[in-house]
Amino acid sequence: MTEATGGIEMEEDTSGKIKKFLYVNRKAPYGTIYALESLEVVLIAAAFDQDVSLAFLDDGVYQVVKGQHTKGIDVKNFSPTYRALEGYDIEKLFVEKESMEARGLKEDDFIVPVKVVNAQEMADLMQSQDVIFSF
Amino acid sequence: MLHTVNKSPTERNALESCLKHLAKGAAVLLMEDGVYGALKGTTTTKTVEQALKSYPIYALYPDIEARGMQDRVIDGIKLVDYSGFVDLVAEHANVQAWL
Amino acid sequence: MKFGILINEGPYTHQSSDTAYLFAKAAIEKGHKIHRVFFYHDGVYNSSRLTEPPQDDRHIVNRWQKLAKDHHVDLVVCVAAALRRGIKDENLEEGFRISGLGQLIESGIQTDRLVVFGD
Repeated sequence: MTEATGGIEMEEDTSGKIKKFLYVNRKAPYGTIYALESLEVVLIAAAFDQDVSLAFLDDGVYQVVKGQHTKGIDVKNFSPTYRALEGYDIEKLFVEKESMEARGLKEDDFIVPVKVVNAQEMADLMQSQDVIFSF
Repeated sequence: MLHTVNKSPTERNALESCLKHLAKGAAVLLMEDGVYGALKGTTTTKTVEQALKSYPIYALYPDIEARGMQDRVIDGIKLVDYSGFVDLVAEHANVQAWL
Repeated sequence: MKFGILINEGPYTHQSSDTAYLFAKAAIEKGHKIHRVFFYHDGVYNSSRLTEPPQDDRHIVNRWQKLAKDHHVDLVVCVAAALRRGIKDENLEEGFRISGLGQLIESGIQTDRLVVFGD
């Protein structure tokens, strides 16, 4: 593993335990680091074979739009990483309908296939999780 | 689920968004600047009072007191200390922070 | 119960570290166990050996150090977030350790509840 992950140090036996992990993303990319560092947690989480879902709501829906070109702000464009998640068996990406509509976004504006859910469905999804990470 | 909200509703949309995502069995804890969402006579009071009809809402009293808002708390909002906060986390199967 | 704690913000600028500390202290007093406190994003700054807050205010770094020592709480600073922000072994306060994000996931798996404190 890379230096950034510090290696996977399984100091305790986590084998056999599968929990539902939800990563809640409510902030826009680039203005703050939360979107990027949240994604870094997701990538590490992949190694633990847990049941992972990503939720994008409020300004978090902006994280997964197409067409991010960051050369002008001289910041790394990390949006292609959302496409790489599939290779890690992380495929449950949920975008909230009300949040995307409030921001004038449509399903084909997104860089990855997502499941669009309404607020009630999002609430039910959240309710069903064991561990909820917010950044 | 225990939902924690730590930002003021007049600064951030965290409380508004939280209240739109409550399911059966939910409870809300307002803490840090989130306690401003517990107050009477603000633009968010009605929304919070409406939510209170269906869900228990708590406020972390030390944060209310720190901000001098002791006499303004909406009737029906339950005040807790850190020990109460711990109990709320233990009582609910999961916890979500609305930042 | 076993609790895991995630702290996303640094000392003083946000209340997160204070609230997390007071929560942890209350949990311990009630007989619960704090499995791990994981510091991420600017939260890594809670581990700096170099902070010098005013004498008449709480010393956030020392407070965590003491809690960890008195109650065997594992204080883990994310290596990736730390490197980004210039927190390394040489300026890490004693009682904290730098490790990978896997420690956070592991805490989520091993604990009964994982509580997040952030902005």
